[in-house]
Amino acid sequence: MGGAEILFIGNNFARLLEGLWVTVRISLISIAFSLVLGTALGAAMTVKNRAVRAVCRVYLEIVRVMPQLVWLFIVFFGITKLTGLNLGGETSAVIVFTLWGTAETGDLVRGAFQSVPKHQRESALSLGLTKFQSYVYIIFPQALRGLIPNIINLSTRMIKTTALVSLIGVTEVLKVGKQIIDANRFEYPNAAIWVYAAIFFMYFAICFPLSWAASRLAKKSRKSD
Amino acid sequence: MKILKKIALAAAAALTLTLAGCSNNTENEGNGDNGGNSATFRTVDDIKSSGEINIGVFSDKNPFGYVDNDGNYKGYDVYFAERIAKDLGVTLKLTPVEAASRVEFLETAKVDIILANFTVTDERAEKVDFALPYMKVALGVVSPDSAVIKSPEELSGKTLIVVKGTTAESYFTENYPDVELQKYDEYNEAYSALQDGRGDAFSTDNTEVLAWAKSNPGFTVGVDSLGSIDAIAPAVTKGNSSLLEWLNNEIKTLGEEQFFHKDYDETLAPVYGDDETYKENLVVEGGNMD
Repeated sequence: MGGAEILFIGNNFARLLEGLWVTVRISLISIAFSLVLGTALGAAMTVKNRAVRAVCRVYLEIVRVMPQLVWLFIVFFGITKLTGLNLGGETSAVIVFTLWGTAETGDLVRGAFQSVPKHQRESALSLGLTKFQSYVYIIFPQALRGLIPNIINLSTRMIKTTALVSLIGVTEVLKVGKQIIDANRFEYPNAAIWVYAAIFFMYFAICFPLSWAASRLAKKSRKSD
Repeated sequence: MKILKKIALAAAAALTLTLAGCSNNTENEGNGDNGGNSATFRTVDDIKSSGEINIGVFSDKNPFGYVDNDGNYKGYDVYFAERIAKDLGVTLKLTPVEAASRVEFLETAKVDIILANFTVTDERAEKVDFALPYMKVALGVVSPDSAVIKSPEELSGKTLIVVKGTTAESYFTENYPDVELQKYDEYNEAYSALQDGRGDAFSTDNTEVLAWAKSNPGFTVGVDSLGSIDAIAPAVTKGNSSLLEWLNNEIKTLGEEQFFHKDYDETLAPVYGDDETYKENLVVEGGNMD
């Protein structure tokens, strides 16, 4: 079963790495934005004000219900059609993945806050801590523990979903792989297996450390209980 | 795809208001960015004064538009794109497009021209403006050397392999009902069936069977142009008459030097072979389909 050399002909390997960098760049920027905005959204979802909660809920559902592919079309083509504002492919991708990541992170943060038993807060207040102190010293540390593994899971999902951006003209690692397979489809009909294997290891190299960290943190938090 | 797109556009209205305000600061990031031109198309003068033309091509459709192992765009469409840029006196910027987003790239003027093996259809012509054709495709029939099928009539009573949903399937069902069709979901299944002798011949786009027969000795394309002939043409944003007119003139002028024959020799011959009849069945010179 020949064909492995396809990975090293010309600039193929460097191009795959370049594509991987595009994937990583889009994901990391989106994840960073999502964490900041998602924490704010999560906090907003726990307030008493019903109107605020309703708005957050609607946002969450809209973003979740529609496939990311549709969002990419809306942001990349839809905005240009309606406003004339011409966003680049990568910018659009970051916007879409941030919108999605924010919604998901927000829901995770909300769940994490609400999972901290009510008596923890009440005890903190009765011990004389201010509301702010009770958040910083009592609620937040407990919420964070359950939150981190979920956030990391979300991150790996986001990394994998970025493969959709080739539809809006951004060449990420999977697209580079398809280009290599197609460019060599007559000379190396078996190229696909090797190229996909290489891409598998590349995704693995990025996602596995995250998953590993997630499971370690989960274990650690269980031990400290 | 279509339903997705409709949902997308319906929802876009609601979303735009919220996004438009906060998106300005992240505008230029490199990969996939096109510079900041607005949604309105660019005329020939606009393109010339900007010094760059943006053409959408396939990046994984060998031999029409693909990226070779050194990372350079190659293919029949790319060869033409390079000539367009040269004749306009501007630098060429190629944007990789997918079949599903070709129309949108033009509608939003994110590219000036689409040169991505774009088949002219009535439905598409309502959304984009097609220039004169520079290539054509029809159906082809490939069969083993031992029993070459030279005309569709020879197939009556025999088994023809087709892929579900292709033009070949509907064409033979309509015009040659006495041909027994053996249908597959995927191209590779259909080719294996032909190699195993499960059918007498296989029919799909002539470009596809020609390329396959070239790399699979023992098989010949006996029928290389059958059914209605579809035109492949460059397309521009609807209403961009200055660029459309320029392209039409360009294609006519290039016809005088037999440019697309040369394009075929450079890009398609290695895949389809030098055979003159094949060449004449694919290449359209000067926009003249006959």
